[in-house]
Amino acid sequence: MADLGLDELKKIMRTCGVAESVDLDGEILDVPFEQLGYDSLAVLEIQGQIEQEFAVAMSDDALEHTKTPRQMLDFANDLITTGA
Amino acid sequence: MTAVITGVGVVAPTGIGVEEHWTAVVNGDTAIRPISRFDASGYPVRHAGEIREFDAAERVPSLLVPQTDHWTHLGFQAAEMALADAGVDPAELPEYEMAVVTAASSGGTEFGQKEIQKLWSKGSRAVGAYQSIAWFYAASTGQISIRHGMRGPCGVIANEQAGGLDVLAQARRMLRNGAKVVVSGGTDASLCPYGLTAQLSSGLLSRDPDPARAFRPFTPGAAGYLPGEGGGKLIIEDAAHAAARGVRAPYGEVAGYAATFDPPPRSGRPPTLRRAIDGALADAAITAAEVDVVFADAMGEAGADLREAAAISAVFGPYGVPVAAPKVLTGRLYAGGAPLDVITALMCMRDGIVPAVPGGWELDPEQHIDLVQGEPRRMPVRTVLVLARGYGGFNAALVLRAP
Amino acid sequence: MDTLRVVITGIGVVAPGGIGTKAFWELLTSGKTATRAISLFDATGFRSRVAAECDFDPAKEGLTPQEIRRMDRAAQFAVVCTRDALADSGLTPAELPAHRTGVSIGSAVGCTMGLEEEYVVLSDGGRKWLVDSTYGVPHLYGYMVPSTLAVEAAWACGAEGPVALISTGCTSGLDAVGHGAQLIHEGSADVVIAGATDAPISPITSACFDAIRATTPRNEDPEHASRPFDRDRKGFVLGEGSAVFVLEELGRAKARGAHIYAEITGFATRSNAFHMTGLKPDGREMAEAIRVAMDKARIRPEDIDYINAHGSGTKQNDRHETAAFKASLGHRAYEVPVSSIKSMVGHSLGAIGSIEIAASVLSIERGVVPPTANLDTPDPECDLDYVPHTAREHRVRTALTVGSGFGGFQTAMLLSSLDVRDAA
Repeated sequence: MADLGLDELKKIMRTCGVAESVDLDGEILDVPFEQLGYDSLAVLEIQGQIEQEFAVAMSDDALEHTKTPRQMLDFANDLITTGA
Repeated sequence: MTAVITGVGVVAPTGIGVEEHWTAVVNGDTAIRPISRFDASGYPVRHAGEIREFDAAERVPSLLVPQTDHWTHLGFQAAEMALADAGVDPAELPEYEMAVVTAASSGGTEFGQKEIQKLWSKGSRAVGAYQSIAWFYAASTGQISIRHGMRGPCGVIANEQAGGLDVLAQARRMLRNGAKVVVSGGTDASLCPYGLTAQLSSGLLSRDPDPARAFRPFTPGAAGYLPGEGGGKLIIEDAAHAAARGVRAPYGEVAGYAATFDPPPRSGRPPTLRRAIDGALADAAITAAEVDVVFADAMGEAGADLREAAAISAVFGPYGVPVAAPKVLTGRLYAGGAPLDVITALMCMRDGIVPAVPGGWELDPEQHIDLVQGEPRRMPVRTVLVLARGYGGFNAALVLRAP
Repeated sequence: MDTLRVVITGIGVVAPGGIGTKAFWELLTSGKTATRAISLFDATGFRSRVAAECDFDPAKEGLTPQEIRRMDRAAQFAVVCTRDALADSGLTPAELPAHRTGVSIGSAVGCTMGLEEEYVVLSDGGRKWLVDSTYGVPHLYGYMVPSTLAVEAAWACGAEGPVALISTGCTSGLDAVGHGAQLIHEGSADVVIAGATDAPISPITSACFDAIRATTPRNEDPEHASRPFDRDRKGFVLGEGSAVFVLEELGRAKARGAHIYAEITGFATRSNAFHMTGLKPDGREMAEAIRVAMDKARIRPEDIDYINAHGSGTKQNDRHETAAFKASLGHRAYEVPVSSIKSMVGHSLGAIGSIEIAASVLSIERGVVPPTANLDTPDPECDLDYVPHTAREHRVRTALTVGSGFGGFQTAMLLSSLDVRDAA
């Protein structure tokens, strides 16, 4: 299965809304989700959508490892390539 | 302590914003239309009071839109309007003196149907994180409290249609217990396939396919009601607090309230709406003669209409008080219905205009009430009684007094 | 100002581990847990597959076939509890002053089981968005509106005074009893049937808590799955049940020679306005609710003998409320026993607040505080006396019980033996 790319991640993030002061097309890879306006519930929602789309299951401690978009991409793509 | 209303917000089929709504009500412009939120052509009820031109993306903070149901979007927007109308800046008020109490009836029905469909068609892991905060009945109160840093007592009363009055009385209790500003009122939005189907099961919806005839309370042909969505929010405030911050003319006072509950069907015991009316008048320390207008619950179901008309004429005498039923223009809004009626009643007091139901209806001669019909009636209005009943036997009566 | 005193004169409980006050108290004081693998539905594939279920046979509990057909499981619980509470109080429905009797029932998720079961049929197993209304059962609307739970309780006791369904998430059970007490304080009713009910052990509710990882994934060891204040806690265990009380104005209760369990001496609710589900570690708003309740009750921290904690067993909650107890009670927080019965009966959402009131009242009555089961290794950040494993004989004149709910709601209630206020 294809990897999760930044554009795909942004598309998922947009379904959770975009905070007024945030430009998702800017440099966001290493900006914590919290600073982008996404609280823990929103990150869980993003994770859930990735799980559905790529048929993977995130572990319970995934929140600890997916604090920024880059971490989310890495974490998700690890799962996708290993088929976890 | 006097509880006054210092701000109102309307998100209703008749309009977004109180003035748009009030103009439509005075003009008798019905908002009953074919249902457009889903394909209702296969259902026995195909008309409802839907809110037109409500784009959540434009009116609700972006991050809040996917977190919450349409019902909360409407409630959130109404609360924003009411706060702005009251000139209240929550950032300037003590956090524990601001409270929120809203009425709920069906919760986040449309959101819930989508998620439950994912569960049963794709499996449990397809259910999103937001189902946990979108569907439940406290979603609107919680979101409003969070948005504005309101850390006082927060509550939700789910007494179906009657709850819309019960929460205004609850707001008054909160003021008596030390709160200064309370966001109250309610909305409902259950016009999705499952929501409509659930409503159909009550047997109270009118199946008359002609929208002009379908919802005609107090007429011999009354066949039930049509549903609607939306409602209103009100800012209930301690009068002294409002005066101190420079509010010169609040809309009115929450002057009296009482609630009763009907005995079970076939118990042989009498219904209790009349007792609620008497209780509300006593609470306001007024006589029936002082009430200028009654806003009826006006369910449009023959038996319910008969009972309400009997209670009104028992208290006020046959044809003793003008009766208004503006909900024929919006449909029955459940948790949003009574708050909208209260706001309409405040406009009726402000402008001295009692809204009318369409002319040409033949009224049931068994029901001895003066239902304002055809043309709105111009008259000074200082005191209004608003009635609401909730499915299963709830009765609530609220007295509003001009400031 | 509150001038009328409100007392509890009857208790009805349906809880995991047993129906009725006797079975409930035996479970709590034995320190045994009623958590087990979910049997109410096939939980295969769900993240959390444990729950605290009630062994409840509605027919055995006296409900008629039509009542069983009409009522959601949550309504069945509430009606059984209402009848039991009335019987316990020595009142019959015929003796209740109908016009002066109110009802206040709390529920977080209403008739969710009925709604889901009927949805499955109407949508033909999730296939149809445009659900087939011809398959609608006549009581479907009664499932959609949670007010039905209050309606059924009112019908069960013949109340014709003010009736309310209070739905503030997981503080509903405390808030509904607080509202009931308010109706008596202000003179709107002389007797109020107050309590709460929830029956949420269903696929949709389990799935939604799975999605936010709020419930525990400790499936291999169901009896030890609910671990409040323990270092290895991983979330709450879903429960179900109901508790309903007869509340009376003190003078009335005394005049008829009623057995008085306890007085509701203080109640307050505040909101954190922070997050729909998250809690800040400082417990600030819960502390404020506790302070306001004490103030109203004219009760000092030194007067509190037992704290029945919310103790849900989530990482955040247990630290949050530990901080709240310290902030509101000062050094007294370290002296007073604190326990979470959720370790044994799970978290029944809106119902649990009332079930915890029942436990608190019984602790006053019996002079025993229930333990926190499964507390093997305390979380270093939770450093109070949580009464691990074993119930403790302890004189309780005033108990504090608290709740915390989605939406940010924080509620505190104080229950006291009659002599506390008499002496004040």
